[in-house]
Amino acid sequence: MKIAIASGKGGTGKTLVSTNLFYTLQQHGYRVKLIDCDAEEPNDLIFFKGILSKSFCVNQKVPVINEINCTYCGKCHEYCNYNAIFILPPSKVIKVIEDLCHGCGACSAACIYSAITEKDVSLGTVSCFGITEKTSIIEAKINVGIFSPVSVIKAAIKEAGNEGIIILDSPPGTSCPFIQTVATADYVILVTEPTPFGLSDLKQSVETLKTMGKTCGIIINRAGLGNNDIYSYLNQENIPILMEIPFDKTIASHYSKGEIVAKYMPEWQPQFMSMLNSIVEKDGNCSY
Amino acid sequence: MEIAVISGKGGTGKSSISAAFATLSEKVVLADCDVDAANLHILFNPSHDEELVYASGHKATINYNLCLNCGLCSNYCRFDAISFQNNKVAISETSCDGCFLCSRVCPSKAISMIRNDKSRMYSGSFRNGKMVYGRLAPGEENSGKLVSIVREKAKQIAAQSSINTIILDGPPGIGCAVISTITGVDHVLIVTEPTISGMHDLQRTVEITAKFNLKTWVLINKYDLNFEMTKQIEVYCNDLGIKTIGKLLFNPQVVEAMINCKSIVEWAPTSDVAEEIRAAYGMIVCNK
Repeated sequence: MKIAIASGKGGTGKTLVSTNLFYTLQQHGYRVKLIDCDAEEPNDLIFFKGILSKSFCVNQKVPVINEINCTYCGKCHEYCNYNAIFILPPSKVIKVIEDLCHGCGACSAACIYSAITEKDVSLGTVSCFGITEKTSIIEAKINVGIFSPVSVIKAAIKEAGNEGIIILDSPPGTSCPFIQTVATADYVILVTEPTPFGLSDLKQSVETLKTMGKTCGIIINRAGLGNNDIYSYLNQENIPILMEIPFDKTIASHYSKGEIVAKYMPEWQPQFMSMLNSIVEKDGNCSY
Repeated sequence: MEIAVISGKGGTGKSSISAAFATLSEKVVLADCDVDAANLHILFNPSHDEELVYASGHKATINYNLCLNCGLCSNYCRFDAISFQNNKVAISETSCDGCFLCSRVCPSKAISMIRNDKSRMYSGSFRNGKMVYGRLAPGEENSGKLVSIVREKAKQIAAQSSINTIILDGPPGIGCAVISTITGVDHVLIVTEPTISGMHDLQRTVEITAKFNLKTWVLINKYDLNFEMTKQIEVYCNDLGIKTIGKLLFNPQVVEAMINCKSIVEWAPTSDVAEEIRAAYGMIVCNK
């Protein structure tokens, strides 16, 4: 079963929830994998000690133009929908702007003069860490300066397979990196905070998940901090509140030091377990 | 002068700081570049003087009356978006990158490309100047391109209304939307928090501002959460020659301000947080 932990607004506590759920399930003997899909800023590994078992680069193909064969016909430029091929036929100038290339292969398909070959460019890395015998963490991480994390996220999720419980710590927002992460999930937990910004971003996430046909439940983090508007919204939309984490300096302080709250405050473990059980009951068709 | 406020890690207080900067004194153009989760309009309720449809890309759709089921499209697709389901070619909307290649290679012209046109850009006036913000439709891509359009519009408005300062409220992360927000700005302010995740994300964010050779400043929000980590951040920044221009105490008035649709400078102008922000802004503006 795949559970995605997501939020529209950044910094609401996705990583807090993901790492604590992972730890609690580990303590209760489950086979569980945590996939850090926040490839721009992955942080899950800060909280655990693991042994690197596997690591691989995620590459993208970019075109290389052989100027001897090129006739400057411009067909590759016409096929490229990302403006990644710059061409000035009169001056016989043709250049690939690698940052704009999405690696779709349209230019290669367009060229009838065998003037285009391809090379690999590294986008990032997927690393697998064994934490205990039955648990592991897979981290997706893009190289600094790379525009889109989507391919690296996809590769990390693929590497996770389908066995056991898989927790997907999602990137913030509602655009393509978020979509790629939640697309494979059986259930989505949205983490939010009871502030106007939290509510506004939550609404956007809920709308997106609706169009995707995904079931979701809510964790309210820093409960008690803002106002009550979020409760009326959830009530009106009939979306369940799975858990409330109070606005509490002790919790924030553990988190700030890279400590698992459920380890130092074990009273949180039953809360995470009952949340999982309620999700599994609703989902019904899981196997782990 | 363009000042971009970014953070790497989400939820560190970018929008609250940007809102404070925007209401300090002089008239500004405020551009909300967090197009995935734009929030500043909640505080400032700007007028809608102009609305622009932003086409963020395309999605392939198939006409089964023309499809020969040859599978050529699926062979060419590099995004795993085309598969056979129940012996029919099926296109996954979430995986499609909009590259057009399938529509070009299809021998029976059964695939057409539909423009994503649900995203919008708005511009108008607010109580301390002009405002521009984008709203990326859920799940749509090319947020970086929308950010460039938002910035372009902000510059145009600044020139027309003789306003010298543009404040850009950036998105979290280090991907395309962040790169678009910071390229070519005069100052980047990174807002961080004293947590191990905040520190980790700050390092990746500093790498990216260094890559683009940008004048970078750091502000530590909620520094009383962890004094030890605050110290580490200051030492790290100092070693790199980056100035820490402010440290803010956690202050519940910041959330109160948000609930009342005000910036902290408007809501509690004499509070410690407002004073510190004022001083930090002064330092950026004086350092031309």
